[in-house]
Amino acid sequence: MQMLEQDWTTICRTDDLITNSGVCALHNGEQIAIFCIGEDIQNIKAIGNYDPKGKANVLYRGIIGSIADELVVASPLYKDHYSLETGVCVEDESLSVPVYEIRVVHGEVQVLS
Amino acid sequence: MQAKENTQKQRIVVVGNGMVGHHFVDQMIKAANADYQVTVLSGEPRLAYDRVHLSEFFTGKTAEDLALTTTDYYVENGIEFYTEAMVSAIDRDAKNVKTQDGRTFEYDKLVLATGSYPFVPPIPGNDQDHCLVYRTIEDLNDIEASSKCSKIGVVVGGGLLGLEAANALKQAGLETHVVEFAPQLMGVQLDSAGGRVLRHKIESLGVHVHTGKATTEIVAGETSRFRMNFKDGEHLETDMILFSAGIRPHDSLAKLADLDMGPRGGIVINNQCQTSDDNIYAIGECALWNNFIFGLVAPGYTMAKVVANHVMDSNTDESFTGADMSTKLKLMGVDVGSIGDAHGKSAGALSFVYENQLSGVYKKIVIDEAQNKLLGAVLVGDTSDYDTLLQYMLNGIDLPETPESLILPSLSDKPLLGVDALPDTATICSCHNVTKADIVQSIDDGNQTFADVKSCTKASTGCGGCTALLKNVVDKTLSERGVEVNNHICEHFEYSRQELFDLIKINDIRDFDTLLKKHGKGLGCDVCKPAAASILASVYNEYVLKNEHVSLQDTNDTYLANMQKDGTYSIVPRIAAGEITPDKLIVLGEVAKKYDLYTKITGGQRIDLFGARVEQLPLIWEELVSAGFETGHAYGKSVRTVKSCVGSTWCRYGVQDSVGQAIDIENRYKGLRSPHKLKFAVSGCTRECAEAQSKDIGVIATENGWNLYVCGNGGMKPRHADLFATDLDDVTLIKYIDRILMFYVKTADRLQRTSVWMDNMEGGLEYLQKVVIDDHLGLCDELERQMETVVGTYQCEWKTTIENPVALKRFRQFVNSDEKDSNITFVREREQIKPADKIKIVEVE
Repeated sequence: MQMLEQDWTTICRTDDLITNSGVCALHNGEQIAIFCIGEDIQNIKAIGNYDPKGKANVLYRGIIGSIADELVVASPLYKDHYSLETGVCVEDESLSVPVYEIRVVHGEVQVLS
Repeated sequence: MQAKENTQKQRIVVVGNGMVGHHFVDQMIKAANADYQVTVLSGEPRLAYDRVHLSEFFTGKTAEDLALTTTDYYVENGIEFYTEAMVSAIDRDAKNVKTQDGRTFEYDKLVLATGSYPFVPPIPGNDQDHCLVYRTIEDLNDIEASSKCSKIGVVVGGGLLGLEAANALKQAGLETHVVEFAPQLMGVQLDSAGGRVLRHKIESLGVHVHTGKATTEIVAGETSRFRMNFKDGEHLETDMILFSAGIRPHDSLAKLADLDMGPRGGIVINNQCQTSDDNIYAIGECALWNNFIFGLVAPGYTMAKVVANHVMDSNTDESFTGADMSTKLKLMGVDVGSIGDAHGKSAGALSFVYENQLSGVYKKIVIDEAQNKLLGAVLVGDTSDYDTLLQYMLNGIDLPETPESLILPSLSDKPLLGVDALPDTATICSCHNVTKADIVQSIDDGNQTFADVKSCTKASTGCGGCTALLKNVVDKTLSERGVEVNNHICEHFEYSRQELFDLIKINDIRDFDTLLKKHGKGLGCDVCKPAAASILASVYNEYVLKNEHVSLQDTNDTYLANMQKDGTYSIVPRIAAGEITPDKLIVLGEVAKKYDLYTKITGGQRIDLFGARVEQLPLIWEELVSAGFETGHAYGKSVRTVKSCVGSTWCRYGVQDSVGQAIDIENRYKGLRSPHKLKFAVSGCTRECAEAQSKDIGVIATENGWNLYVCGNGGMKPRHADLFATDLDDVTLIKYIDRILMFYVKTADRLQRTSVWMDNMEGGLEYLQKVVIDDHLGLCDELERQMETVVGTYQCEWKTTIENPVALKRFRQFVNSDEKDSNITFVREREQIKPADKIKIVEVE
């Protein structure tokens, strides 16, 4: 139990988040895009910030939304959609970004490393 | 062994890679038949390009833009090709061709697509430098080089190609003259009255026209490089001469090989496009069918298709049986159309004529003796009836009782030719020979949108003249098939943009969440969110980065700057009308230097600073705002710039203060959010240095006030603006612009430029004039009120942002670190930064 707890690292606070939009946190040299879905501060998703098609760290600046029932972010560069659940690009399934386990504890946003 | 392999594949050798030669190759590629090896021998240094749109070379198109194919495409499809491989001889017994440089290519079937060459009249002195022709990209390079050291240019030849060439000279900035031997312009396509109206229109564009002139010699000039002496004793001084007096078939190769030739040239072909040697075909402008050479691309394409089919199956039914030579085109912005028997030469033919000298419109229809069928038509200045008339002629549709109603400008009761009236065999797209049946078939094969049908059938991808008709056929067929043609903005709202606009305004909805809860479903997306944000801004004009709006904006609006390929941003402060003080210019230079930003002048007379990291944006803007700069809205779907020339203040020719007017207009409409970007310009005289006719809103000064042009644009598909109203005073000018812009903001589709918006409106320009000038819809008061609201609530978004700590917090790469994004790196080029290349893929030859 204690071991497991240690694997969660705090990367920012919930008041750093923006409702229905994204921010980016740096964690062990990796850029993580964190999105807050709706008013519920517990409902957050995290994926890699690097857009593999545009080759730039910009995904946190994309617009979030839904395609059918899938939560997605639209890359601000070429408008491809990446699933916030699986990281897979909707337009080109050969492209994907990493997905991070993330949670909120006492106002702290933590990522599982 | 080698020989055996060779006999397995039929060797098809194509001589010439013009538009028609390439079309043949493309047909062979599409057939994907592995039994044939196609070899292309092209005399030109590059593969096929679009000669129809050659004059666009002078409006910024490059050789690459005009290319119809790529070497990659040929390589991928196994086409063997050689450029600069001029064929010098055909050995019909040995079945091979030899190139000038001594190579030999064996063939089973030979296709001659050698095209034509420009006819240069035998005038003494026609072979000097600066006496040129207009046919290839190399010719264009020569014309460009010559025009740089010339002031006056003459085109010899007033036919279709001659006028195209004159357009090219005009684009190159020369004083342009057209010299025509015949008494009228475009004598092949137009009757004398049509030629007269065309001449008048072209002259009003500043091109000098001389008809009935036979040039006797070209000698050294007195005031210019040359003097052209005419038979009637008159003369004309010019610096360059461009011959465009018709074409002659490139048939010397066939003549040498002793193939049957026409008495005045051209390689004689039968209905299968075979020459007198069954194994040799000829297609396009080198071929003579039924004593006729077809100088248009569409018949050439048909021939190419016939030959491709015949090569693969000698029993095919397909044959070439002539072609309709009707044409519709824009010459220097003047619409011209010619259908069938334009001159009324058929026995017993009758004609109806409509002419409006005020607007320069001439229309004539020619009907048969029985007064039942359309034989031909001439249209100058307005070709909107072309598609309908062509269908009447091609399909032998019975004329209405009053045939003149087809061309009279009766606003309401013009008989519309419904899609139903067209037989299945009706050709909708004559460039690619697509019939109504082909379109219906493609829909039955599963294509459900206009775009899909277009890409599947290629219809409307040639000259584009049939677009409206094609759309009608597609829409009608889809609705017959029960497919609902919807204009819903996206899956989250079952409404069009205009309906959303009305919902928001009428129900006083002020944020996206309410709109989604009341009228939509799901979470929204990157289509409906920015569209809603734009509508909310147009209606209420609140700060775009207000908490409830920020997540709706595209990244450019969120960060109030333009994202570039590496994730950095560019910054464009407003420089209204392009007028800037030296002190402000120095501030821009100092800021750019301090933050090491790449600096470039934009097309809209502003200065763009590139390479700012997201966290630098507020710091940079703090400096700019304190120096008195405002945001330029270069990031928004909104009013961008009002370009201006220097006007009567300084210019010898200016008749009004165009800079002052442009500043007033820019300051009035700055910040207006709209369905797409809006660009304006104001010119101080008819010389039009501000290029106002290429803008959404263009204003050109006259002696008596201002002429207003609307709905033009540059970009991918440039469109000239239409003259909306003339000689307006300042107050009326602004009133009309207010109404036009707000009507556009209210009714356009998302990302629809003003040109497409107006073209899609039933009634087009005339309807817009009725709404704006005559208040046909009773909307004008409301439109003006709405504009007053927007103008009255303007704020500089950057000034508001740097004073707002919550908004400022968002301008950072990392919420938990001050580190910079290590992926952004620059190298230097010409003393400025540029993004460093990421991974370079090394191509292996």
